Amino acid sequence: MGAGHGHRLHFHGHSPVHRARPHLKLLALVGFVLVVVATPADGYPFFAGYLGILAVVVAVSRVPPPYLLRRMVVEVPFLVFAAVLPFVAHGPRTEVLGLSVSETGLVAAGGLAIKGTLGVLASLTLAATTEPHDVLRGLERLRLPRMLVQILGFMIRYLDVVGAELGRMRVALASRGFDGRNPRHWPVLARSVGALFIRSYERGERVHLAMLSRGYDGSAR
Amino acid sequence: MHVPDGFLDVPTSVTTGVVAAAAVGVALRGARRELDDRTAPLAGLVATFVFAAQMINFPVGAGTSGHLMGGALAAVLVGPWTGILCLSVVLLVQALLFADGGITALGTNVVLIGVVGVVVATLVVRGLQAVLPKRVGLVAPLAALGALISVPVASLVFVGLYAVGGAAPVPLDDLTTAMLGWHTLIGLGEAVVTGMVVGSIVGVRPDLVHAARRVLGTRTVELRTPATEVPA
Repeated sequence: MGAGHGHRLHFHGHSPVHRARPHLKLLALVGFVLVVVATPADGYPFFAGYLGILAVVVAVSRVPPPYLLRRMVVEVPFLVFAAVLPFVAHGPRTEVLGLSVSETGLVAAGGLAIKGTLGVLASLTLAATTEPHDVLRGLERLRLPRMLVQILGFMIRYLDVVGAELGRMRVALASRGFDGRNPRHWPVLARSVGALFIRSYERGERVHLAMLSRGYDGSAR
Repeated sequence: MHVPDGFLDVPTSVTTGVVAAAAVGVALRGARRELDDRTAPLAGLVATFVFAAQMINFPVGAGTSGHLMGGALAAVLVGPWTGILCLSVVLLVQALLFADGGITALGTNVVLIGVVGVVVATLVVRGLQAVLPKRVGLVAPLAALGALISVPVASLVFVGLYAVGGAAPVPLDDLTTAMLGWHTLIGLGEAVVTGMVVGSIVGVRPDLVHAARRVLGTRTVELRTPATEVPA
């Protein structure tokens, strides 16, 4: 797995959505989600409209919808919270399938679930159509402090390297019969995290020396 | 653990966004003081480490598992400013490239997980280090205590934000009880793991642990000279 060749969410393509300027895509994403969040929880026609806009963007980008849907599992824990909400919120009660639930809680939970889902779907669409490198360029264009852009750049560049290091440690543990299914295995996992920190920090020091030897003077140009 | 879009209303999200931006700005200056011209590569690699460390699942039993949040861990390992910076960068990458945590909730997440987690852990560790004996062996237990306290405090700050701009009318006392109870449990796990991780690093490379450096500095160098003159 070569470094810098997309990431787990990126879907390679050449559609207009892929080609759009990254900083415009970032602004569009933030604007879109802000509008979604500002809509009242019972504004269902609006939500349908938002979903329609997203569906058009996804269709134009030619990213297969199942590709995005499979990655929506990140919001499952939050949907569990939304499902609990009608039972704990106060306000007038109504009966749904024989259960007494709060009416306002039910509306709020529906709104939460819809808004959260729209937000995740919009973010996934950006991630699927934009290379990490381009997201970085977009952020730079949006005047994110240079130092922050550099730190982000290092993180994106070394994510696969450190991830692969972690992967090799996992293989080494597994080949010695470690399965890690029990809280008693925490010390072993904790030492792995410790080793990962030492390796990452020392890699950072080596990268710094390599930069110095190529004329880096610490200024964020 | 990340707050998604739609949980807090727009004014609250924008306000936390401004607070987060200011905190990151201050942290950038502070990190330059801590790391000088090593800021970009070291903060970048430590952020990558935090991201990777969050991918390691710690089994809890009954088939479930949890992962580290890393606020207290980063604070103890690399210092508060670099810690805030690294966690904010991790949250930004997670929101933009992995759709984990809402875009409009990014400020909220930075304030809760980055700023509150790191600052509370730092205060606990530094405060206790000032009164307790300066021993390297105490760094890991103190880091655990910092993690134990910082997680419920962050959940209380979330309840405060929810009281101001929450999207659903949940009775606040119920929410407080649920959040505190749940996050004390999470904090316990975080504390045990943070303590063990810091302990394992202090055992090998205590010079890399930011919170151990002041304690290490008080060690005196012991010179041992041979009793008899060594012939030349």
